[in-house]
Amino acid sequence: MNRIGRHLLSIDDLDRASIERILDRAESFDEVSGREIKKVPALRGRTVVNLFYESSTRTSSSFELAAKRLSADVVSIRSQGSAVDKGESLKDTVQTLSAYDPAAIVIRSPHAGAAGLVARWTPAAVINAGDGKHEHPTQALLDVFTLRRRLGSLDGANIWIVGDVLHSRVARSNILAFTQMGATVTVCGPPTLIPREIEALGCESATTLDNLETADVVYVLRMQHERMRDSFVPSLREYAERYQITTAKLHPGQLLMHPGPVNRGVEISGEAIDSPQALIGAQVRAGVAVRMAVLYELLVGAPTLAAVAA
Amino acid sequence: MSNDAKRLFQRAAQPAELLITGAHVLDPRTNLDEAHDILIRGGVIAELGEPGSLDAPKDAEIVKAEGIHAFPGFVDPHVHLRTPGQEYKENIETGTAAAAAGGFCAVIAMPNTDPVVDDASILRSLIETATRQASIPVGFLAAITRSLKGDELTEMAELRDAGALGFTDDGKPVVHAGTLRKALQYQRLCGGVIALHEEDPDLSGDGAMHEGATSARLGIAGIPSLSESTMLARDAALAGYEDARVHFQHLSCVESVEALEHAKSKGIRVTAEACPHHLTLTDDMVRTLDSRFKMNPPLRSEPDRRALVEALRSGLIDCVATDHAPHASHEKEVPFEQAPMGTTGLETAFSALFTELVLPGELELEVIVHRMTEGAALYGLPIPRIEPGQPANLCLVDLDARFEVGATGYVSRSANCCYHGRTLQGKVLLTLAAGTLAFRAPILTAAPAVR
Repeated sequence: MNRIGRHLLSIDDLDRASIERILDRAESFDEVSGREIKKVPALRGRTVVNLFYESSTRTSSSFELAAKRLSADVVSIRSQGSAVDKGESLKDTVQTLSAYDPAAIVIRSPHAGAAGLVARWTPAAVINAGDGKHEHPTQALLDVFTLRRRLGSLDGANIWIVGDVLHSRVARSNILAFTQMGATVTVCGPPTLIPREIEALGCESATTLDNLETADVVYVLRMQHERMRDSFVPSLREYAERYQITTAKLHPGQLLMHPGPVNRGVEISGEAIDSPQALIGAQVRAGVAVRMAVLYELLVGAPTLAAVAA
Repeated sequence: MSNDAKRLFQRAAQPAELLITGAHVLDPRTNLDEAHDILIRGGVIAELGEPGSLDAPKDAEIVKAEGIHAFPGFVDPHVHLRTPGQEYKENIETGTAAAAAGGFCAVIAMPNTDPVVDDASILRSLIETATRQASIPVGFLAAITRSLKGDELTEMAELRDAGALGFTDDGKPVVHAGTLRKALQYQRLCGGVIALHEEDPDLSGDGAMHEGATSARLGIAGIPSLSESTMLARDAALAGYEDARVHFQHLSCVESVEALEHAKSKGIRVTAEACPHHLTLTDDMVRTLDSRFKMNPPLRSEPDRRALVEALRSGLIDCVATDHAPHASHEKEVPFEQAPMGTTGLETAFSALFTELVLPGELELEVIVHRMTEGAALYGLPIPRIEPGQPANLCLVDLDARFEVGATGYVSRSANCCYHGRTLQGKVLLTLAAGTLAFRAPILTAAPAVR
């Protein structure tokens, strides 16, 4: 039996067996999500705090739903309108929230390493819901979940991650998770948006879409206008011209993914989003089951599935 | 180079009366490398003799130092004492005490305080504070440009008259070549070494660590090595053109070593320093995202580290400097990208270099001792020597003693030491600075040989 650690801060915390274990657990929770009463009592009486220092729709809502479907009490805090707004430090906020004895703190921060710091300051289990441009491990898990369902296995799959790799925590976690699961990963984008020495993560890099046809999966990244201080591309028009994924550029049988939110007409065309090759809706649906599985594995751990489904 | 010793300031203290017996004296400049008794009378080295040959006068304390090494006191040409304005991080008293605890007998303080030392009245008040608080001699650099803004020169001549040892905008580069050129020209009038923090802010951007595989992995914006080396090459060319005397601070990368080598080969009057952290650690440490490993320039790659060690060995890099940069815990206990840059270093400099470079055989002990004292010469100060007639500037070090960094706290007011928690070997037990006893290890942690 593989037990995952006390926290989920990075995909590096998980080996392949642990990932499989979380995904298997997520499959059983996905069944729960199909029921009329979408709830199990696994975390009854326990508290999950969602601490979001950055705006988020799908991550925060799916964590909230996941905790509620496990019967946990959920407190969601956003930086706007909270003590954070009044200049309270991360350390003080975390220590204050820890006084409520939460079982888990889910943290999203604009800064790399924030989740790791929180784990030092609280006895609660800490889940990284995105820290700066560093990692977003639950996104990677739900993407692997979605692909595993579709492909059976990622072994030998050729996955292209296209777009703004430089500013993307999703890209980093996904490179690690996809390669851990046996896939080959190529990152592709304008040279100004591909980090120097990214190959050290175990991927290839390309600056044109010329060989896109070799991909089994095309994973499109959001152009992160909000994280760009300088002009990394001369214009969005020129970017779209060369890197936008359209139905014309997609080959039959290729799967299309995007972590959302999409910029329609920038990194991906509207037709591509709406095409049957796109798994974007499946990714969002997987979010709740996978986050339930992560919460369950961290907070409950080994007990039998029978106890979960009871 | 003129003798600028009058530009060092400290509080008055009793001259030491000591007999140190049986210490292994290692002084690369007097070629001493054997056990000696050292008699110190009135703060001056009065006599050196065979072990057991010297008797203690009635009023002298005896320090038994058999098995302990005696080195000339170290000189640090680059520290941040944070006075005035940021005394919550450090002040002259705690900073000089930390220096003495690291075996230093003199330090040179940087002017990037609040307010900046860019005006003679600020410098005079700082000197006055030093004469009350400094337990070892301190020299002060003044700013090259007002408020470190890089636009207008400070009144350099008046600052020199007021006691400035030299000039620097450390913490920031002098971005405009034309401004730096004028400062270099003006140096002909007022003297004083011009020390340069080399960095192209446009290349550094909002980088927080070395640009390489680790920054790619962590998603943290990188500071390329070229940010430093291109500016160093530019400023070496300016110094050559104006025949000025410049000192390059905290070299961090192989490209800078190459640019320095080129400048020296042309006969340009440049010197350079390297910091213990750049000589012993790499950007791999940043994987922990511990803000103790955030400094500027950043920890770089293993080939960079090796190039620095080799340049220090050959003498291309002239001396070691700590760039001791204290920050309060509340400032450092934040996510890496938000934390201020800097590590403390005075209390660990020798031990870190001894443990990480001498013990594994990368550098010889006498090279470390030489480079940790050479900073004095670069600023026209006398180099400490263990020799009769010289003022007592020396430290006693137990090379066998191991200790965990930070386990018993720090003498510095701040705890942001990049070696925190590491076990280092080579412990400073006693420091004499300008003839006075500046540091003695607490009895409990001292080796039994020293009483």
